[in-house]
Amino acid sequence: MLRAILIAIGVFFSGMMLYSFGASTYAYLTDPAAPTAEEEFHLHPKEVHFSFNGSLGHYDRQQLQRGFQVFKEVCSACHSLKFVAFRDLEQLGYSEAEVKAIAKQWTIKAPDVDPKTGEPSTRDPVPADHFPKPFANNVAAAAANNNAIPPDLSLMAKARHDGPAYIHSLLTGFQSQEGFKNAKGKELLKEFPDSKTPEGLHFNPYFANLNLAMAPPLTAEGQVSYGDGTKATVDQMATDVSAFLMWTAEPKLESRKSTGMAVLFFLLIATGLAYLSYRNIWADKKH
Amino acid sequence: MSFPWAAHYTPKAPLMKWIDERLPLPRLVYNSIGAGYPVPRNLNYMWNFGVLSGLALVIQIVSGIIMAMHYAANDLVAFGTVEHVMRDVNSGWLIRYAHANGASFFFIVVYLHIFRGLFYGSYKAPREMVWLLGLVIYLLMMATAFMGYVLPWGQMSYWGAKVITGLFGAIPVVGEPIQTWLLGGFAPGNAALNRFFSLHYLLPFVIAGVIILHIWALHIPGSNNPTGVDVKGPQDTVPFHPYYTAKDGFGAGVFLILFSILLFFAPNFLGHPDNYIEANPLSTPAHIVPEWYFWPFYAILRAFTFDFFFVPAKLLGVLAMFAAILLLFFLPWLDNSPVRSGKFRPVFKQFFIVLCIDVLILGWCGGAPATAGYVMISQIAAAYYFAHFLIILPLIAMFEKPLPLPNSITEAVLAKHNLQGEEPAAVPAE
Repeated sequence: MLRAILIAIGVFFSGMMLYSFGASTYAYLTDPAAPTAEEEFHLHPKEVHFSFNGSLGHYDRQQLQRGFQVFKEVCSACHSLKFVAFRDLEQLGYSEAEVKAIAKQWTIKAPDVDPKTGEPSTRDPVPADHFPKPFANNVAAAAANNNAIPPDLSLMAKARHDGPAYIHSLLTGFQSQEGFKNAKGKELLKEFPDSKTPEGLHFNPYFANLNLAMAPPLTAEGQVSYGDGTKATVDQMATDVSAFLMWTAEPKLESRKSTGMAVLFFLLIATGLAYLSYRNIWADKKH
Repeated sequence: MSFPWAAHYTPKAPLMKWIDERLPLPRLVYNSIGAGYPVPRNLNYMWNFGVLSGLALVIQIVSGIIMAMHYAANDLVAFGTVEHVMRDVNSGWLIRYAHANGASFFFIVVYLHIFRGLFYGSYKAPREMVWLLGLVIYLLMMATAFMGYVLPWGQMSYWGAKVITGLFGAIPVVGEPIQTWLLGGFAPGNAALNRFFSLHYLLPFVIAGVIILHIWALHIPGSNNPTGVDVKGPQDTVPFHPYYTAKDGFGAGVFLILFSILLFFAPNFLGHPDNYIEANPLSTPAHIVPEWYFWPFYAILRAFTFDFFFVPAKLLGVLAMFAAILLLFFLPWLDNSPVRSGKFRPVFKQFFIVLCIDVLILGWCGGAPATAGYVMISQIAAAYYFAHFLIILPLIAMFEKPLPLPNSITEAVLAKHNLQGEEPAAVPAE
């Protein structure tokens, strides 16, 4: 009896699925879903080489410092970095005194309370502070940015597929929508005349829906003057700031990889010994 | 328990003797995972995954307890406390990545453990209770993993919680009140986060309790083996310790190597980038997907796209998804072939391989966006999934002609070695 009920349930669900398959095939053949502009014209991130790729990769301190400079002079005007503290910058090779100076001279002041009146006030950040947010709240951020809230950048490199390459591609991917063609040679505005970038947005095929609110932030060579003499091309600045944001997202990447090597070395030996003892114990038993 | 020839515990150290007389805990351990538990001598590496599941649970509990020391279940700060673990807690990144990837490894070894049971008929008499308790553990694991994934309060946490509790909303009349009751509100919020944390901390200990029952039930008939033939005498078994402790030690080493490779060199490979974005009720992610270990069931859920008379497709999908798991509870009575091991069941073996591929296909579709192509593939795969367990297995049991079984485990072992020419057959002295 139980089996009969169960078999009936099986016939129902399997039958339902086969019927649904037939019906969806019919729908697919008679009325296929039209492809969208995003499906056809969205680009995957470019191939970018970073020193931290690979199982032995590590950060290039010079590059992180350059990336930090780009963040400081360009990105930080709109984007917060709320999970990173000034003291963390010592990991980039800055001395304690330099970090103190960076914090003190930071354009955006840290929120505080006036010790005499209890009124909200601001003060110079100290190394223990996290990077102060450029806007008091989301409403202020949206009001200042054409109704779009600039996202926090602390974790951006882990919050997108292929993060660092994505950031690099996005920063260098702004282009004219006129005449933009995909790999198949189709032209966006000819295929999808309705998908013209709306007023106030900017066309960028690396962005999920092709148009984003952020204006191209890196526009000219030499926008940032690097202290170490590296030529500040747009591509170089984009690569450096992508590397910096990978560090902000994964500051423990280097100790993770080096610990991993030591752990693997230990485990390989231990497992080898475990295998030998297993063979030894079983030597007298056929199995 | 188990076999009359099992070794008896005789404490040597006076302290152990003293304890054993007052509380026979040393005896219990000795009889469960020591020399007092006779185990078939022919177990292959697929029998390592039970112990490895236990190891994975220990890794989860230890790393989880440490995580809980630094985490705060409050929707305003939860995301930030996870980042605090990653950045400011000593070796916090190691603890958190171990916990996140440990969940995946727990499911990997448990799935291998389940499929081993499916192939070798470990669910059949007299081990039905072992199988049923195992499924209870699996259900508890799914609940624990789901609630654990909500705790970081990222975008996938939030929207996952919304979608999964929304499944209950598909139930007619009482669905929406149930959903509200489960969440403690109309949408996931602080109330939901707190109760999920509370239950996420509780359930692993419930799992540990059911594991004790699972092992207890196992020790009544003793372990199954690759031939599926019952143990006939002492020559068929070896004591669990040192034979299988040594083998499990090696298995644990291999497990930890693979775990470390993922943990240290690709810790976010199995995660979703969107969960590094703080939960935002106003912004829905483009593709809401659960963790990979739920993908096959998620594919079944989404495969139902058509209403059945007055039953809406969404409700059908929910019913089918729960049915896909619950039907496993009836497996011992669906497949009543007297032969346990798939090795001796030529027809069953073919369908078992198809089932494995089918579940992988369902998993692949469940992780993909719900576009027409993937949904159509899931529909075929889901049809097979239900047909396999509910129609094909009972039919095979009726019509299949199994291969001849060996007379005993020892005979099978010796036959294997003779065939491979490793040891000449013992010629009786004349």
